[in-house]
Amino acid sequence: MTTMRMRRAGAGIAGALVMGLVLTGCAGDDLGGGGTAGGGDGGDTDCADFEQYGTFDGETVEMSSTIEGVEGEQLAESWADFANCTGINIEHNGTNEFESQIFVQVEGGNAPDLAIFPQPGLLARMVDGGYLSPATGGALEAAQANYTEDWLSYGNVDGEQYGVPIQGSAKSFVWYSPSVFEENGYEIPTTWDDMMALTEQIAADHGSDTVKPWCYGIESGGATGWPATDFVEDAVLREAGPDVYDQWVNHEIPFNDPQIVASLDRVGDIVQNEDYVNGGIGDARSAATTPWADAGFQVLEDNCFLFRAASFWEAQLPEGTEVGPDGDIFAFYLPADTADEKPLLIAGDYMAAFNDEEATQAVLAYFASPEWANTRMSIGGMVSPNNGADPANASSDVLRLTIDLMQDENATVRFDGSDMMPSEVGAGSFWSALTNWTDGQSDSEEALTSVENSWP
Amino acid sequence: MGFLLYSKNGQLILAVLAFLAVLVILLLIARAADSLRRRKQTFAMVAVFGGPALLLLAVGLIYPAVRTIWMSFMDKRSDSFVALDNYAYLFQDGLQAFGNTLLWVVLVPLGSTVIGLVYSVLIDGSRFEKVAKSLLFLPMAISFVGAGIIWKFMYEYRGAAQDQIGLLNSVITGLGFEPVRFLQDSPLNTLFLIFVMVWIQAGFAMVVLSAAIKAVPSDIVEAARLDGASSSQLFFQITIPSIRPSLVVVLTTICIATLKVFDITQTMTGAEFGTQVLANEMFDWSFTYGNNGIGSAMAVVIFVLVIPLVVYNVRQMNKNKAVR
Repeated sequence: MTTMRMRRAGAGIAGALVMGLVLTGCAGDDLGGGGTAGGGDGGDTDCADFEQYGTFDGETVEMSSTIEGVEGEQLAESWADFANCTGINIEHNGTNEFESQIFVQVEGGNAPDLAIFPQPGLLARMVDGGYLSPATGGALEAAQANYTEDWLSYGNVDGEQYGVPIQGSAKSFVWYSPSVFEENGYEIPTTWDDMMALTEQIAADHGSDTVKPWCYGIESGGATGWPATDFVEDAVLREAGPDVYDQWVNHEIPFNDPQIVASLDRVGDIVQNEDYVNGGIGDARSAATTPWADAGFQVLEDNCFLFRAASFWEAQLPEGTEVGPDGDIFAFYLPADTADEKPLLIAGDYMAAFNDEEATQAVLAYFASPEWANTRMSIGGMVSPNNGADPANASSDVLRLTIDLMQDENATVRFDGSDMMPSEVGAGSFWSALTNWTDGQSDSEEALTSVENSWP
Repeated sequence: MGFLLYSKNGQLILAVLAFLAVLVILLLIARAADSLRRRKQTFAMVAVFGGPALLLLAVGLIYPAVRTIWMSFMDKRSDSFVALDNYAYLFQDGLQAFGNTLLWVVLVPLGSTVIGLVYSVLIDGSRFEKVAKSLLFLPMAISFVGAGIIWKFMYEYRGAAQDQIGLLNSVITGLGFEPVRFLQDSPLNTLFLIFVMVWIQAGFAMVVLSAAIKAVPSDIVEAARLDGASSSQLFFQITIPSIRPSLVVVLTTICIATLKVFDITQTMTGAEFGTQVLANEMFDWSFTYGNNGIGSAMAVVIFVLVIPLVVYNVRQMNKNKAVR
């Protein structure tokens, strides 16, 4: 009977091993892409800078966001010194599914301490649900001291400041190839009419079946259509002005107001003109199925000359591409109707707190400070709308251009409209309607009317 | 106690301890039941072995189902009762999703089963059987999203004057025709999406049906041959009736899987260009727009559509048990 016993023992050991494997798989506090930072060396950090935040004894602050991968690591780097000096342990959980997960988490009673919202609409939904806590004390002071009214307004609900805009990006850019422009003697346009004249010029000089002045794409999986909404928002800012833009986004004027239709037609003058699009890919309809980032690569292939995309398109460029005023590719500001106006379509990440505990508010105060902004900018890949952010710290020429525009006195910044509309519209019917419009299945009036009818 | 409750490792240990405790309790009950009389013993056995499973089913299946049905009668944040408004919206504005889903549910099982059946009959007993089977079965190993992306590149469209990067359009332009917008032109784009799912599921159908065909008793086949039956008579009057239970299982399983299709439309067209399906729409409403009412209503509709299939499946299985 030794064999039986040995078999049983073997089975027992196998079972235990399996259990052990399962447990190691499930255990641990690293949740996909996040990182903790606290209790490192920090021997030679000057902790005097962080005295104002107080000291805490190993308190943990949980943070959720959409920031993951390389950016997540960079984020963790940015608070390393703060964490060492104040003793706060910041646990960061970055995930692609933040927008759907955060609600599930919060409604399930498992809210983090802080969250970074990529959309003011999402933040407002959270405030409506009564989950967020306004910024208090040092955090509130820092927010009010370091950001302009425009930027703060998107984190402000009913007069209370909930969100602090820690990161920002600008969308009103046209990408072009500096070398090609120099070869052909093209100038960077400073007004919209100049830009259209340039387009005509390029079409006349180089237009052919395969080469066109503009390239453009709006495909993005389940989010197909968003680049078109960005383009029309830029157009509304220029055609109708920032005040009408605010009314439009808040649904104080109908979605298919004649001024908005005119703005969409202005975009149509470019993207629905068969002579102007779609360089290197096909006709105007092909934009509806061209991935938004791929379209721009045609600039590098000399199949098109102008590509409207946000500053973050820089991250999509192939390795080794030189981005700069003298490099392979660079961007210029999408011009307004006159050279003095500078309406800027922006997006930003707003950090908000779910409670008013001291440690949470201390972290929020730190993030609202110029110190964090400059530290994070020096690490690379982003810019901050903080007034104290130094453009010299920006890690690339495009980022420097972005922050110069954001800090320009003449700039009127407006947040990306579709992020502020109710999600049925901003992430639903608006995208669908403009995809249909790009596909040539409906005209501007019809497209905008269908969105108007879908407003909840 | 603080460690156990508030840290992740502590919670894990607590969970394992709770699991072991439940196990021990059940085994003790089972031990005690040994000394009971017959009837009570059976009841105790059912309680011990079926109890945990039933409890988990109740919590994980029955409660969410009931709650979803309840939420389908409430408004978007589940605050107030709106009776049938959500369903009214569904049948007024969601008709395209319905129509497309119907197309999917009819064509995918039919297509996969026919291809699987014909393929398994053709390769049955041939030299390359194993290799051929593997080839058709390979797509099942790919996730729906992976398959969607592969075929997205296959269907890629570029203007007539450009170089084509999609395989299908390269062949078409090579033959001298205009390139086709596979994914953009409705209503045919739905058919091209359906083809992707057929491509994935055909392997499953083939494997099950191949086994069923091999299980057809050889004496029946021999007798039929002796009686002078031709190949097609053999196929339609002997083989198919014999494998009927397996056919039903394959058809209903693929049918149910098709009702859930979401990844293919989401990755290939973003559900634009008239390709929206019910499961995708349900995801959009529930999670992207945060409207629990309409999303739940769609989930209930999908559930109701699946019920007849499952009932039919179960009845078939019972019939087969009776025959055997």
